[in-house]
Amino acid sequence: MTLPAQLRQVSSTIWELPVSFKEGMLVPVRIIASEPLLATMEAGVFDQAANVACLPGIVKYSYCMPDGHWGYGFPIGGVAAMNPATGVISPGGIGFDINCGMRLVLTNLTEQEVRPRLHKLVDLMFERIPTGVGCKGFVKCTRSEFRHVLEKGSRWCLEKGYATHDDLKMTEEQGSFSGADASTCSERAIERGVDQIGTLGSGNHYCEIQVARPENIFDQETARAFGITIPNQVVIMFHCGSRGLGHQVATDYLQTFLRVMTKKYGITVRDRELACAPFRSPEGQEYFSAMKCAVNMGFANRQVILHRLREVFSQVFRRSPEDLGMDMVYDVAHNTAKLETHRVDGKEKELLVHRKGATRSLGPHAPGLPACYKETGQPVIIGGSMETGSYLLAGNGGASDTFFTTAHGSGRTMSRHQAKKMTKGQKLLGEMEQRGIYVRTDSYGGLAEEAGFAYKDIDVVTAATEMADLSRRVVKLVPIGNIKG
Amino acid sequence: MMTYRFLEHIATADVAFEAYGTTREELFISCAEALLHTMVHQLEDVERVQEEIIKLEHTDLDLLLYSFLEELVFQKDARQLLLHADVVRIEEADDILRLEAVTSGEKIAPQRHRLVVDVKAVTLHHFQVVQEEDGWRATVVLDI
Repeated sequence: MTLPAQLRQVSSTIWELPVSFKEGMLVPVRIIASEPLLATMEAGVFDQAANVACLPGIVKYSYCMPDGHWGYGFPIGGVAAMNPATGVISPGGIGFDINCGMRLVLTNLTEQEVRPRLHKLVDLMFERIPTGVGCKGFVKCTRSEFRHVLEKGSRWCLEKGYATHDDLKMTEEQGSFSGADASTCSERAIERGVDQIGTLGSGNHYCEIQVARPENIFDQETARAFGITIPNQVVIMFHCGSRGLGHQVATDYLQTFLRVMTKKYGITVRDRELACAPFRSPEGQEYFSAMKCAVNMGFANRQVILHRLREVFSQVFRRSPEDLGMDMVYDVAHNTAKLETHRVDGKEKELLVHRKGATRSLGPHAPGLPACYKETGQPVIIGGSMETGSYLLAGNGGASDTFFTTAHGSGRTMSRHQAKKMTKGQKLLGEMEQRGIYVRTDSYGGLAEEAGFAYKDIDVVTAATEMADLSRRVVKLVPIGNIKG
Repeated sequence: MMTYRFLEHIATADVAFEAYGTTREELFISCAEALLHTMVHQLEDVERVQEEIIKLEHTDLDLLLYSFLEELVFQKDARQLLLHADVVRIEEADDILRLEAVTSGEKIAPQRHRLVVDVKAVTLHHFQVVQEEDGWRATVVLDI
């Protein structure tokens, strides 16, 4: 495809669009990518990143990460930091699936030990972790109890016996965003999400059994610090979010912001999906609180799934989760807005950082890291397609330029319908089984849409984040079992 | 006649469609069909065993359609209901558009419904309703 004529190369991994690219841009766009990745980006990415650059209060640059692709409102992979005093908050900069994120869990089992029981494990995972369209979870709670989930996140799970203290330590913000007031979530949002704790959902959401093969370890020392210590060690990675609750919060406030944005605050945007309100306005603050509730639902959801996974492994191997070493490496969110302190032009500033399909990536010694990761930097979990593998990386100091943010996944290059035309789900399932990956799904159509060829090459994406000094590769993890909705 | 078609070149990771109707009411029914077809392989697999009446109002036609589709997504999660839109009536009075839709369907049954993907939300990206010479056309991007 043709790149915009005004795109200027700043360094081997930074490409800039000046404010003259589009009327109303307040800051330039910066795309972080290697040359081959840049060539795969759709025109929509540049256009959307430029629309983001027009939002009031944006600081420095409208960024797009190396896995960036055409989304709605912000591009997927979009990062924008706003001045909280003068800037806006936009649900379109966070996404409908608030706190969609990744969790990585260790075991002390090897591939050799898991292979003979792989089918049993995956079948039981598929039975215990609900997947697919409109799925309901096993946790039954009343609406008032659900409000506690929204206000406490993983702390609620700890109280109910679904979490350990260490799980919370290994979760971004200890699994609970403070300042979440459940009264800012509509009854509709509560009704939609109340039965969904501990469910995976569908689309690109999955739970995968993976192996850390010795030849795939890039950084032995950091891998050890992250708990990868045995050759062919088995780990579990999963990707899901805040389910219907988060989707409804975003839908509700998108409409609220559309009502007040221009009439009350005189703001106009280039795409209604970028509807926003001043961060310090009543509407902005209400959405920020509701978004935090959704973030907490996302953490609780993944925590309850981890609880189920521990039960499954425990049952199959007849050993306790502690004995199986089922500790968390980390849990990190993809779709959030957070108040964070960053250095801008030599001065510390509080900024509202929107990340949409982008991972926080704290370098070594950054405040907010668990003590055990002070020297290594934050574990960054980047999920690839279910065929090609995923990566565990570590945050680098260079990420300070992108408000400590890196990529989040492979990034799609092919539409869902195109992917379905190229392969049939059942055929793909058979091919994957041949290659030693056992998959269970409720949806063959959905499976075909997630085929490896529909995504960018995860090796190229993670290498680009390393070249840009955002994060460094620690280990590539290859799948052997997968459940998806 | 196919009253909607899926679009390839908008929002790579999501699903976009264009739907048509000779009247506004037909357009709404086409959009509901496209939404259901995003989630289930064959529309006929979803049997009409229970009826639901949806009533909504808005000042703008496009946002009325947005609310209508959003309500169908809500029913899917909150009540596990997959719904066909059978009859849609839209009336206008005092600059307000009032919609009454008769919908019918059943609870999600993964064994029978050959599910495809879950729809998280209806986005407003490229969302539009336009009147053309021979009827109405809508463009919708769904978040997957």
